[in-house]
Amino acid sequence: MARLETVGEALARQGVSRRAFLKFCAATTSLMALPPSMIPRVAAALEAARRPSVIWLSFQECTGCTESLTRSDSPTVEGLIFDVISLDYHHTLLAAAGEAAELDRKQAMEENWGNYLVVVDGSIPLGNPGYSTIAGISNVDMLQETVEGAAAVVAVGTCAAFGGIPHADPNPTGAVGVGEIVKDKPIINVSGCPPIPVAITGVLAQYLTFGQLPEMDELGRPKAFFGQSIHDRCYRRPFYDNGQFAESFDDEGARAGWCLFKLGCKGPITYNACATVKWNSGTSFPIEAGHPCLGCAEPNFWDKGGFYQPLSEVEWGGWTQLGTAAAAGAAIGAASALAARSKQKKAREEEA
Amino acid sequence: MSGLGDIAVAVEITTGNVTPLLHEVRHALQRLLDTGEPTVIDLHSLPLAPGELAALENELGEGEVSATLNALGPSLLRETAVPGVWFVTHRNANEEITGQYLEIVKIPAILEAQEVDIRLGIAALSENLEQTKAQDHRDTQDGST
Repeated sequence: MARLETVGEALARQGVSRRAFLKFCAATTSLMALPPSMIPRVAAALEAARRPSVIWLSFQECTGCTESLTRSDSPTVEGLIFDVISLDYHHTLLAAAGEAAELDRKQAMEENWGNYLVVVDGSIPLGNPGYSTIAGISNVDMLQETVEGAAAVVAVGTCAAFGGIPHADPNPTGAVGVGEIVKDKPIINVSGCPPIPVAITGVLAQYLTFGQLPEMDELGRPKAFFGQSIHDRCYRRPFYDNGQFAESFDDEGARAGWCLFKLGCKGPITYNACATVKWNSGTSFPIEAGHPCLGCAEPNFWDKGGFYQPLSEVEWGGWTQLGTAAAAGAAIGAASALAARSKQKKAREEEA
Repeated sequence: MSGLGDIAVAVEITTGNVTPLLHEVRHALQRLLDTGEPTVIDLHSLPLAPGELAALENELGEGEVSATLNALGPSLLRETAVPGVWFVTHRNANEEITGQYLEIVKIPAILEAQEVDIRLGIAALSENLEQTKAQDHRDTQDGST
C-alpha cells in the first residue's frame, strides 16, 4: 500500500497552526457527538492517523447528498475533513469522465487494497442494468467490484441506505439500498434526504481518528447521530407533553410555536440529529421553521401516507390511542414515544 | 421592511434547560476550585429553543476578558461575569458558527501559545536574525570598500 501521510502532516502542509488544529479537533469531537473531555484524545489520535483513501460512488441519486456536504465554499470543518481524507474517486466531482476516471478508481483500489472506504450515494437498480450506468458499467457491477477490496462501506443518504425515493412505490427500476447487495463488508448507513453533513463527516472523522466505525443502531446507523428521535430532542417537546398542538399552519397554536404532531410531524418515529445539530450551519431545522418533520431518515418514508396527516392515522395505529397519550402529559407522552418505536420496529419486521 | 428580523412575530418557547445548565456550571466551578479540573459543555449537544442561548448569555453576563483567535476563521473567547466561566464561539472563515462551548476553566487552553508553534516561531525568528546578520555583514563590507 502507498504510504499515506498522517492527518497532522496534511494539516501542517496546509499551514494549519497548532491552535487551529486544536480548534479543528474541538469541532471534530463535536462532529462525533463525543463529550468535549475527549478533545485531547481526539487530537492525539488524529495527529498520528493516516489519511484513508475514499472511493465515492454515485448511483441513482439527485446529487443532494454531495451538495449537502460540499456546497460550502469556505474552509469548514466538513471541508477540512474532506481535505485530510484522500478522495481518490468521486465521479460527480472529477474533471475526468469515462475510462479515464475509471482508471483512477482502479488505481486507488489497487494501491489501498483492503484499507479503503467506499462511500455510496444513490440507490442501485436491480431491474434493467441499463437504467443507470457509469462508463458503460452497471451500478450493481461497479458496486460489487469496488467493495471487494474495501475495509467498509458508508451508505450516504436514504437512497443508498434503504432505497429511498427511487424505491418508492411502484419502484420502477427495482431500486435497493447497498445492504441488499453487499453482505460481506461492514456497512454504515447515514440516512437522510439529504443527510446532515456533519453526520457524514462525523463517520469519516471517527474512522480517521480511531480507525474503526462508530457504534450503530439496529438499522446500521451511527448511534451518535441516530440514537435519539427528533421528538426526544425537540425544543417543542414541552408542548407535546402539555398537550398543546397546532391544528393548522396559521392558527394560534402554530403562531405560538406549539407542537406540530397533529400536522403530521414524524418526529416521534424519526431518528436523526436535526433537532440539535440543525441545518445551514446550525441556523434551524424544519420544525423550528414551522414545518413538521417528514421522517426522511427512515426507511420507506415516501410510502408512509400523507406528510401532513398525524403519523398515527397513516401508519402507526389509531389517532385516538396516540393522541390521547400525547395530551395526557409527560409520562404518558414518553410512553407513547416508546410505543411508537416498538410499533415502528414491528412494522419494519412485517415489511421485511 | 428590510429583513426577517422586522417581521413582528414574537414566539416565547422554553425547554426548561437553561436553569439546569446554570446548576451544572455552578457544580463545575466548585470542582474547578476544589480540584483544578476544568469542564467544557458543548452547547450544540443540548436542545435549546430559539432565544434560550441568548437568555443563557444574559444570565451569565459580561466579564472582564475578551479574546479573539484567528485560526481557521475567527473565534471569540469571552469571560462571563462569573469568573472562570467562558463563552467560546468558534467560526469558520465564512463566519458561520462551527462550535459553541461553555468552558469552566481559569483560562481556555487554546489561548495558550502551543509548544509546536513556539518551536516554529523560534526557527522563523532565528532565520530572520541570520538574514539580518548576513545583511549587516554585507553592508559593513560594502562600506569598508
